[in-house]
Amino acid sequence: MGIAKLKIFLAITYIFLFSDKFLSYFFRRSLLKIKGSQIIVESLIKENVEYMFGYPGGVVIPIFHELYHAPFKFILSRHEQGAIHAADGYARASGKPGVVIATSGPGATNLITGIATAHMDSVPLVVFTGQVSTALIGNDAFQEVDITGITRPISKHNYLVQDVKDLARIIKEAFYIATTGRPGPVVIDVPVDISNSVHKFEYPEEVQLRGYKPTYDGHPIQISKACKLIESSKRPVIYAGGGVIISGAHEELRELVKKTGIPITTTLLGMGAYPETDPLSLEMLGMHGTYFANYAIHHSDLIIAIGARFDDRVTGKVSEFAPNAKIIHIDIDPASVSKNIQVDVPIVGDCKRILREMLKEVKAPDIAEWVEEVRRVKTTHPLQYEDKENEIKPQYVIEQIFKETDGKAIITTEVGQHQMWAAQFYKYTEPRTFISSGGLGTMGFGLPAAIGVQLARPDRRVFDIAGDGSIQMNIQELIVAAQHRLPVIVAILNNGFLGMVRQWQQLFWEKRYSHTCINFAPDFVKLADAYGCYGMRITEKADVVPAIRKALEITDRPIILDFHVSREENVYPMVPAGKTIKDTIMRELA
Amino acid sequence: MSQHVISVKVENKFGVLARVAGLFSARGYNIDSLSVSRTEHDDISVMTIVVRGDDRIIEQVKKQLNKLIDVIKVSDHSEQPAIHRELALVKVNCPAAKRGEILQIGELFSAEVADVSLKSITFAVKGDSEKIDRFIELTTPYGIKESMRTGIVSILKERE
Repeated sequence: MGIAKLKIFLAITYIFLFSDKFLSYFFRRSLLKIKGSQIIVESLIKENVEYMFGYPGGVVIPIFHELYHAPFKFILSRHEQGAIHAADGYARASGKPGVVIATSGPGATNLITGIATAHMDSVPLVVFTGQVSTALIGNDAFQEVDITGITRPISKHNYLVQDVKDLARIIKEAFYIATTGRPGPVVIDVPVDISNSVHKFEYPEEVQLRGYKPTYDGHPIQISKACKLIESSKRPVIYAGGGVIISGAHEELRELVKKTGIPITTTLLGMGAYPETDPLSLEMLGMHGTYFANYAIHHSDLIIAIGARFDDRVTGKVSEFAPNAKIIHIDIDPASVSKNIQVDVPIVGDCKRILREMLKEVKAPDIAEWVEEVRRVKTTHPLQYEDKENEIKPQYVIEQIFKETDGKAIITTEVGQHQMWAAQFYKYTEPRTFISSGGLGTMGFGLPAAIGVQLARPDRRVFDIAGDGSIQMNIQELIVAAQHRLPVIVAILNNGFLGMVRQWQQLFWEKRYSHTCINFAPDFVKLADAYGCYGMRITEKADVVPAIRKALEITDRPIILDFHVSREENVYPMVPAGKTIKDTIMRELA
Repeated sequence: MSQHVISVKVENKFGVLARVAGLFSARGYNIDSLSVSRTEHDDISVMTIVVRGDDRIIEQVKKQLNKLIDVIKVSDHSEQPAIHRELALVKVNCPAAKRGEILQIGELFSAEVADVSLKSITFAVKGDSEKIDRFIELTTPYGIKESMRTGIVSILKERE
């Protein structure tokens, strides 16, 4: 070998040995130490994450550096709130945890509404926030906030990672806590130096949490007591909530109704747990529930609450709620039992397991008369509205969406009148098909949620039923739907008002419509165009159905249907806040 | 409204005190006293919380505490035989002429004389809350310059 050849050989060897690729390969294999940022990505792979939602920023660059070639898909929102609601929609539609990342400071605080929304509705989320370097924490560093402090009361649990060796364990625990028991959001705050420091990656097989052991099996004695109460009841009613859907107990619930013949009403979040098209369904109860659901609850002698929490929008005035009823309450969260309403037979555990046990034991009560009575109220006091030929009634739009989709669409909503009409006039027959912010009542939820839902369910058409107020709260997310060619249909029930507040002002505040008129509005059709969506304005009743049909034909981009509906239509029936069924407002007072 | 002594075993971790304290403030429960300390296990701390409320509230307090991931065990020491102790430091005005009188009160309560000056005596008195209340009551006429209490710590009695 000549000198020249040897030099070239040495040069190549030198380059190879000290190239980054070789070094990282060498270190990976021999020491098995990887960066914290890589540990995060590897852990998410172990958790079979399919989608991650988020927005980058300074202290999370190391994590984004690894996300660049992660095998799961990353959905970049245009605002962190959009990312977390999308993850929430994904979680509600799929039953899997939603995964989110945002940077420190404002990135993290922009997640707050989304975390609280998920917390109130028991949605499993794992939320990563960036944090300034551990050495800087507490120094009021650039983009520093105490996010574990801020999220403590609105998350199921949270972590500040203080040592990279804890990182994998914390992620494992976060997924476990988020998805088990009563699910909820878990926040992991990751300082930037933790992302950059290295440690061996070992993803734990199991979690060791001595302070967290959810109860799944109901107490057999309590179950027997409940079955006996059911058997001897004369006027029973089932009150099913979101817990039934979360636990996947909808089939057991249907079985229970079939076996006992007991009428069933659901909460807003329980819709879809039982087919609303069935004669025994009383549909939704509560403030804007059906009169017959509230009638049945008020006159019952036994309420079987399953995965519901007696929220104030359901009970109205607590002291006069179901005055003659005994109450069986099945819930996985012991703190929900006897919190608002004193319960006679509490059964703590998983709805599905408990219903399975009950089905073995329960006997049908003799309630033909009661069922007949409820059925009669159902025919005398139906959900109704005054349809008109020269106006588009918002309820009419919802009914047509129901018809044109054969009830097979998945509906997300914003918050307000349109949300209640979507609840009342679309009939839900399957679980996870009505996706709405129930507990927190978050305007701006529906559009980003619809993005997450459409990703989880590419086989279904997804409608965001919106108001002209709510839709403007996260409208920037339209571009995300357009970018991913998601054919989400945004149906705006445009009445030029913040309608629900206006309704309260009309009914209870001397019609002083203080700051609720928003008819100085953007042109939603032009806006659709600007965002690469298909837009239509519908001002004639005759155009409602053709517009919906046209929207259903489009499959490669989002669609905005701007329905100009009756401006001062109200949501009825209405049990005013803190009142009882006797105070129900059935329809417009002339 | 009754007073309950709730003993909470928690993970000895960053932020646990804030979680517990935050729970009380967020839900509007009234804490009379709260003491936090280490236990025989390095990784477990104990919080003794004295809280006031009707049965429904106390029930909720216990359930909500149990819901916290870092809470290992919640026990209501008002429902079982337990020993409660707290410590108070009480600085009583004490001109020389009154010294004998005041020291006598201290003796009756087995209070330790922690400090003496020309104008005051500082006692360290321990016992259950009732005893300390009484001690403070009896020294008040002399003028208490400053007083503070640790809050209760509580342990269950052993029964064979």
